[in-house]
Formats: sequence, structure tokens, C-alpha cells
Amino acid sequence: MKDKNGFPLIAVTGMGILTALGEGRDDNWAALTQGKSGIRQITRFPTEGLRTTIGGTIDFIDVEPFTCASFTTEIARRTAAEALEQAGLAGQAEFPGPLFMAMPPIEMEWSMRAAMVDRSGAQGDASYADLYRAAKQSAPHDRELCLFGYIAETLAEEFGTQGSPVSLTTACASGATAIQLAVEAIRRGETEAALAVAADGSMYPETMIRFSLLSALSTQNVDPAKASKPFSKKRDGFVMAEGAATLVMESYERAKARGANILGIIEGCGEKADSFHRTRSNPDGKAVIAAIENALKDAGRAPHEIDYINAHGTSTPENDKMEHFVVKSIFGDHTADMPISSNKSMIGHTLTAAGAIEAVFTLMTMQHGRIPPTINYDEPDPDIDLDVVPFTARDQDVAVAMSNSFGFGGQNASLIFAREPA
Amino acid sequence: MGIEQREVWITGIGLVTALGDGVEANWAALTGTAQPTPILDRDVVAPFVVHHVPEIDFSTQIPKRGDQRQMELWQRLGVYAAGLALDAASANDDEELKSAMDMIVAADGGERDIETDNNLFTGLLTAEDREALLIERLSNDLRPTLFLAQLPNLVAGNISIVHGVTGSSRTFMGEEAAGHDAIRIAHSRIAAGQSEICLVGGAFNARREDMVLLFEMDGYNWTEVETPVWQRSEAADGNGGLALGSMAAFLILEDAAHAKARGVTPVAALDAVVASRGKRTAGHVTSTLEQLWQTANVPTEGPLGVLSGATGVAGSTAEEAEFLRELDNAAQLDVRAPGHLIGHGLESEFPVCLSLAALCARDGQMYPDHGGRLTGTGEALASANAIEQVAVISIGHWRGEGLGLVRKVS
Repeated sequence: MKDKNGFPLIAVTGMGILTALGEGRDDNWAALTQGKSGIRQITRFPTEGLRTTIGGTIDFIDVEPFTCASFTTEIARRTAAEALEQAGLAGQAEFPGPLFMAMPPIEMEWSMRAAMVDRSGAQGDASYADLYRAAKQSAPHDRELCLFGYIAETLAEEFGTQGSPVSLTTACASGATAIQLAVEAIRRGETEAALAVAADGSMYPETMIRFSLLSALSTQNVDPAKASKPFSKKRDGFVMAEGAATLVMESYERAKARGANILGIIEGCGEKADSFHRTRSNPDGKAVIAAIENALKDAGRAPHEIDYINAHGTSTPENDKMEHFVVKSIFGDHTADMPISSNKSMIGHTLTAAGAIEAVFTLMTMQHGRIPPTINYDEPDPDIDLDVVPFTARDQDVAVAMSNSFGFGGQNASLIFAREPA
Repeated sequence: MGIEQREVWITGIGLVTALGDGVEANWAALTGTAQPTPILDRDVVAPFVVHHVPEIDFSTQIPKRGDQRQMELWQRLGVYAAGLALDAASANDDEELKSAMDMIVAADGGERDIETDNNLFTGLLTAEDREALLIERLSNDLRPTLFLAQLPNLVAGNISIVHGVTGSSRTFMGEEAAGHDAIRIAHSRIAAGQSEICLVGGAFNARREDMVLLFEMDGYNWTEVETPVWQRSEAADGNGGLALGSMAAFLILEDAAHAKARGVTPVAALDAVVASRGKRTAGHVTSTLEQLWQTANVPTEGPLGVLSGATGVAGSTAEEAEFLRELDNAAQLDVRAPGHLIGHGLESEFPVCLSLAALCARDGQMYPDHGGRLTGTGEALASANAIEQVAVISIGHWRGEGLGLVRKVS
């Protein structure tokens, strides 16, 4: 079966998810639709001196050694395993398609640098020149844990994906970009299946300090569960969070032929880069509007056909204002009839993983006919008139849904999902 | 392939290496009769040596000082080379074209504030509470804008801001494989009709203490940088090694019909790009190259240029050399591996080698070998050998194998 442009229709046949709310689809969906918050005080490392001390941490999983790469790999692989299980593809030596892996930038850990300082024998002053002397005595695999390619290599090896795995970033739109790259590969006829994985385990002091220096993070540390409040008057920044998601994607024809359960269709993808500023959208909203319009065009949908939007909704003053402006510009009067909620009010902002996590939640929204709420909407921003599905989930049929992702560096991506054709 | 494949041209190249600033400076250095003299930096990362780029007047491509200040050298090199590529493809003055142009960047990241790091290393020697020291010093000493200069996708972000390329913006990571995949996917999207024109490439700053440290952890750093890569395994420990090299290359890939309609002449055609991966057990590089060679339809008869990004790391470089020697047309292979001239550029390695290969195809012959000849190949070649096609090989230092095939457009 082809889509409206004559390309293979893309089905989702497996999903895996891991957030601060729990591991797996069932736990996440239950917590999300009960309006629970996964945001808490950070306990994994000392936070004294940090402006922000809260986050959506996944405290219930540990790895040894604990590094950004090893933890990101672990949460990624768990969601891949869950997704493959659901798709009926678990336990096979090879996955019949490529891997698109959205991931955070990886760096050498301070623990590794500190160990080299200790081994260097430096007296008085220490510098990189001293660390050179101690580098070769590093633990086996330490260097691999500092390479950008490590995570995708590990997953490709474990799940037997085909060809060269693509490690990618489009900042906070990365999860959506992984899905888009998979859609394009299947449409080109290069493959009949693809694995889109997105994971982010980059919560450590230096990253938090970097975001704090840009005034991007909420500092409402006193009541963590209340800190992330998208579209609310007193929102003051996003809450950083860990998370991962995987989507098994196939041509609809292949999925039907093997009798797979179709969880939903990815109808369209749109993107457009902004050239205005490194961290801010152009106030005219043109690039964001173009990304959404490109997705609508790709899906062959008119704005009034969208039943629900899973918002980017970061809880930063700027994003939520811009998203409101853009939605009103495109959807006009239809906006009043179209719920738009933000998962980030409960799970925080999972950065690189957000686009894929929210894609999974969007597909589950359509499956269950239940829209997860935006919590912490106690004081609505009077300038934002959107139906954000406040506080409690709403039972409503959703046949076509959109998920938006925007990121630093002028990244804008939008995805459109639909049900299996009748 | 389910979709009809369109011809893909390279219609513009922006190139900076230790041999020079710009395509013509690089080409003049390589095709001159004298041995090229790359810029080497022996001071900043002593006792190691890296190839480094010349002083560049970035304002010719990044006119606003404010924009330049927002970037570290790696990002500036990338934005600069992207501007050169847009100029070369007659695209830089066409705002409409650039607003529809796709972009894929193979990016490194994490350029650090070395002074802050060194101060912290000193502090760690005596600190009682190391975690508190880290939080205190990083909170006070990091520049807010440094974060943006560290984010991989901010090369693309800055290209959008400075040059106005906004059709799409994607950043790939993962060392050499990022370069393979960036070019591969840009090529396959155009060939399949998903894209008309794409700016694709990467940039790397090798003069970084933290990067040299990373490579020293597994003993990759090689200091006798003038030794051709094929000969490095002959040294004492037999492990060979690589010298990092600052470099940047961006290419404009374009549907041939689109380029013709714009009245643009191609540098060369890009007929195939393929990539693979796998654990580096013995024989992996050989068997992967055999498979990639077939998939890309590389000619196994007659003269062929080969532009190799061989690192000099013994196992993989030796397997690559042996693979070439065993080909049916080994005696007609004209092999170049510029590692001893420009160093190794990780994510940028494949874009840079592809750029050099495209220039060879354009001129219909390889540049002089400058001491880097691969023994056991090319015995049947005439002295001024004409070539039509050049295969570009990039075997990552750790993982990732890529292959491209360029062709002279007559």
C-alpha cells in the first residue's frame, strides 16, 4: 500500500519506552494518564552549589561504570528490546534494517580525568601535558566510552541492525529526526524496516551548569513535581530529564505480510531550519510554521484534520509562547477544537530523546483514545489560549495526531501519525 | 532499489587542510613538483604533533565579528568551508536556493576551555571535596556561550545563521562513520528524488589537548608524521598510528538536471556511496571492502584512481593495502593516501578525501604521490596516467568503513 505521494506507507509495529515515570509502555502510560510527575531531587550526584537541583532522573537503573555513554546505551537498549518484543522480532540474530540513533554529545568523564590527574604524579600544578603521561593506564574501554560512535555500535552489535548505524543529533528535535531518517530510508526503497532509537542520559553536573548558564533550566527546586509547568504563567524553564524510546518501523506491506500488529502509521514528516539565532526562534515564527506545514503537506493533511497535538511544550517562557503563536497561525479557528498537551509537564525534557518518547506517547494516545494531560496548569498564561487538557487525562477519539520538536541551532521538526487504514 | 536513481553531481567544494586554505591552494600544493610542506603544530599538544590549518581570514565568509566570537575554531572552519562550497557552486547569492537547500553535517563536538580544565586539574590535586570543587569552578569559570560552541549541531546552526541554508539541517556524529553516513544519505536522498541539492561536509580541529589525550588513551598518537601511512606498521612496536589533522570540507551535491538548469558545471559525478560497520576482528576490513566494492560497482578492470583515508593504524591499514594489492586490476591502480600530508580528520576525513578525489577526477589524473606510494599496485600505469574514476576509501580508526566512487563528467 502506498501513501498519498506514491511512496510506501510506513507502519509502526513495536515501541519501547523508559522515562522517570518507569520502565516500559504499561507503567509509563498508567503514570502519564494519571497525571503523575517523575521529577524529583537529584540524588545521583551532589547538587550543592547548582542553581537547579531537580530533574527527571531514572534512579531505578544503574550501570557500572556509570558514564553518560554507558547509561545512555543501557536505557536505549532496554527500549529497543521492548520494541522488538512487541514487534514479534525479539531473539533474532539480525534486525532486517538500519539503526538511526539519536543521542547526546559524549565527552570524557571528569572521573576519568581525575583518575589521570592522580596517576600523573603531577606536583603543585597539573595540566593536560601531565595527563598525557597517565592516559595509557586508563581502564580498558574507557576511551570507547568517550566516542560518539560507541552507543550506536553497541546497539548495532546487540540487535544485528544492517549497514552503518547513523548516530545523529538535531538537539532537542533529535528523536523526531531519527524517525524522519527511518521514514525516508523506507520510502527510498533501501530497506523495508528500520529501527529508530533515541536516548539521553546526559544529566551530570557539567551539562546542568551549561544549561543553567544559558538560563534554560527551571530553578523551582522546592517542589520538584510542580516545576515543569508548560503554558503556565509562572513557567521559568525546562526540567532536564533522562529517557529513551524505540520505534520499530516497517513498510506497511511488509508488516501486513508477516502478520504484525500495526500500532499506527507515520504519515508525514516536516522540517525547516531557522537562521535567526543560536538558541531562539525568529519572532516571526516562519521556520517553525514551515516545519509544521511541510509535515502537513508530506502527510497530505489539511490543518482541520489534526485531532490532537503532542506539544514540544518545554515550560520555557519563550518556547511555549512561540508554540502558541505558531499553532494559532496555522490552525486558526480549529485550535479551539484541538487539544494540545505536553508530556514534559510530567517527564521533564528528555532532550535528545524527547521526539521519540513523545512519538510513542502520541501513538499510545491514538491507540487508547485517551489524551494525557498537562499537569501543573494552576495558573494559565493569560496570553496562551490553548486547550492544554489540564490536570487530568481526557477520553477522546484521536484519529490523526501531530508531534512537534524544536531545538537549539534552529532545529524544527514535526511528525504526523494516523491509524492503520481501514 | 525501488526508486529510479538520478545522477548526482558535485557542483561545489570548500576545502581547508594543512596544505592550504581553499581548493586551489590545496590543489597547487599537491600537484606542484615540490614535496608539499604541511603546517605542523608541535607546540600546543607537545610532545605530540598534529597537522594544522593556515591562518585564515574568516571574515571573508563570516563577516560579523559577533558570529565568529560565538564559535570555536572547529565551528569556524566548518562555516568557512561551507561558504567556500556555496561560492564554488554559484549558490551563495541565491537566497531562494539556499532556503530550500538541505544540509547534513558530520560533526565533532565538545571543544573545551583548556585553561578552565587545567585549573581544575591543579585543584583536584589538593581538593578534599572534588565534586564540590567541580561544581564551584565550572559554575564560575565556564563562559555561557561556550556550551553553544561545544554542541555538535551548532556547526549546522551557524551555517544557517551565517549563510542562510535552511531547507533542512541534520547533524551526524560517530567519528569517521559520521562522514560516511552524511555523504551517503545526502547522495541517496538526491538520487531517489527526496532532495535536489544538499550542502554536506564536516570540520575538525586537531589542535586540542583534550582530543590528543583521548587518542593517547589507546596509544593511537603517531609522532613521525611524515612517514607515509602504509609504512607505519614497520616501526618498532608494529602498531602504527595516526596524527590528527585539522581540516574541513564541504561539498554541494546536486541532482544533475537541477545543476544543468542552473547552468552550473560539475566538478565530478558522485556515482556511489556505501558504508558498513562491524567488530574489527582479523579479516573484517578485507571482507567489508570486498562487499562495498561490489555494492558500489567499482570497476575491477582497467585504470582506477584510489584516494584512501588510511589512518596508519596498523591492522586496518594493512588489510586495506592487502585488499588493493589483491584486486584484479592492482597493476592499474593509482593509489594516493594523503595521511602523511594532512593528518587524520575523523568526521571530516571522508568529506576531505572525497573532495580530493573529485579534483583528481576533474583533472583526469591523480596528483604526484609525494613518497606515499603503495607498493604492489600501479606497476602497469603510464607516467602520466589518465583516469576517469576514483574510488574513495575511508576505514575508521576504530569502527566504520566507507567507500565512494567519483567520475569525470565529460
